[in-house]
Amino acid sequence: MSDQTRRPHPPGITPDDAARIDIIGLTKRFLTPKGEVFTAINDVTLTVEPGQFCAIVGPTGCGKSTTLAQVSGLEHPSAGSVSVGGQIVDGITDGVSYMFQADSLFPWKTVLGNVMIGPVLLGTAKAEATTLAMDWLRRVGLSGFEDRYPHQLSGGMRKRVAMAAALINRPRILLMDEPFGALDVQTKAIMQTELLQLWEELRPSVLFITHDLDEAVALSDRVVIMTTSPGTVKNVFDIDLPRPRGDVQQIRHEERFLELQGQIWESLRDEVTRAYAQTAGVAA
Amino acid sequence: MTSTTVATPAARLGETDLQSSARRAHSRRTAWVWVGRVAVAVIVVGGWQWFTTAGWVDKFFYGQPSGIWDSLVHLFTVGTAFGTIWENLGVTVEEAFFGFLLGTVAGVIIGILFGSNKYLATVFGPYIKVLNSIPRIVLGSIFIVAFGLGVFPKVLLAAVLVFFVVFFNAFQGVREVDQNLVANVRVLGASTLQVARHVTIPSAMTWIIASLHTAFGFAIIGALVAEVLGAQHGIGLIISQAQGSFDPNTVFACMVITAVVTLGAEYLITLLEKAVLKWRPPNRSEAQAI
Repeated sequence: MSDQTRRPHPPGITPDDAARIDIIGLTKRFLTPKGEVFTAINDVTLTVEPGQFCAIVGPTGCGKSTTLAQVSGLEHPSAGSVSVGGQIVDGITDGVSYMFQADSLFPWKTVLGNVMIGPVLLGTAKAEATTLAMDWLRRVGLSGFEDRYPHQLSGGMRKRVAMAAALINRPRILLMDEPFGALDVQTKAIMQTELLQLWEELRPSVLFITHDLDEAVALSDRVVIMTTSPGTVKNVFDIDLPRPRGDVQQIRHEERFLELQGQIWESLRDEVTRAYAQTAGVAA
Repeated sequence: MTSTTVATPAARLGETDLQSSARRAHSRRTAWVWVGRVAVAVIVVGGWQWFTTAGWVDKFFYGQPSGIWDSLVHLFTVGTAFGTIWENLGVTVEEAFFGFLLGTVAGVIIGILFGSNKYLATVFGPYIKVLNSIPRIVLGSIFIVAFGLGVFPKVLLAAVLVFFVVFFNAFQGVREVDQNLVANVRVLGASTLQVARHVTIPSAMTWIIASLHTAFGFAIIGALVAEVLGAQHGIGLIISQAQGSFDPNTVFACMVITAVVTLGAEYLITLLEKAVLKWRPPNRSEAQAI
């Protein structure tokens, strides 16, 4: 079990419990512009334990991002519920940070301004927010870059800024929507290792969407496979690779990694094939 | 460590040669651009002077560059029937400036408001379209009837012309905001005002500033037209008097004066643009000018 490596926490209400995500029977329907009802996700049930790193993998368009939007409270479910720390999500959930595939940095703010935005929005005094942001820039290895604008940074550096901005408020939940999808392979591996280090320090619960099965297995405690549209949970795999995992590049060669990766791919392959057939059918 | 640009080692053979030849090519290009610009001015102004002197074009109707120069000298030394040229220019610039200010502020506020509120945009949308399609310059007559020959109706006409330019840009700017950024700050707990302050307004600023270049030209047009329609001072009044006395040279002289003012304002707006939008990556033409 993945829980073996986690710090034991006392029984009863612990601060950690606030980071538990329970998704029960979650369904989201949209009205298409033509007026048809489109079911993005149907009856999704899954639990993320406090401090767990959970990856969601599934074919394109299966409603992974829709699931995250319901957890953040940016959208409201059509049926079912999401609870965070035992409370039903209704409106924006506190203590959540989002990271998207696009940088979602403010191009008009400096690196420092971008990292500071979290505390500033919470009403932290400017001096204090600056000190905090400088500390986070140091943690992600960007000291000395605080006065640059995002367009002056490389893709990897922009991701580090986004990571610092997402973690500075010490969120209980981190929602990541293919955060490293647009990076080249080497930068991606470096960012994954850095993400794991920061996550080990803060231990937020993570919901991590990806198309990359290797990434999912290397980073997560739990991998959830979703079916083709309308998306629902197909299988859940617990990843028992020991933590801390260290260098993500190394772990890919371990026997247990390959074994788990093989099992999960078996489950995913049917869905990917089916999704491909669906889109090919539409195109024909 | 502190540099983000990729520096190739300067050891490569012939690199200095390459740099100096590129620099030479660049200065040659700049020189030819200036030669071309001067040639255009000489051909247009010289041709005009030549054609009117030779009598192929009647200078009584179309003026003459040397006559325009004489008018300019006369305007600045002798003055006009309505006081010195500086007084009149001051009145026109004041009207244009306050009209510009009023129109810009109203355009930005209403543009951002409509851009971020779908209900308001839908309700007022058709009316805005109607107002935009009527010839607003005619409103000048109404303002002069309603508010007299003073400065205020001119300010108002300039403001009306400026408003629509700025409004449409501010509106579009708000619509083009990156929704990921909005989602990001909302998840971090931003209130509606904070979303406007940190995301919507800075993002729309690119569009708004771009519209200001056109907007100042419209402010000058508004002020001049309102003065032509009825005034006691101003460049527009001088123009309408010159028209009445068949003096095209003075009309052209007034055009030159207004053009200089507009260019000056344009320069100030460019400075403002550089200061406000300093975060933007340098555009391609600047990057090419190595």
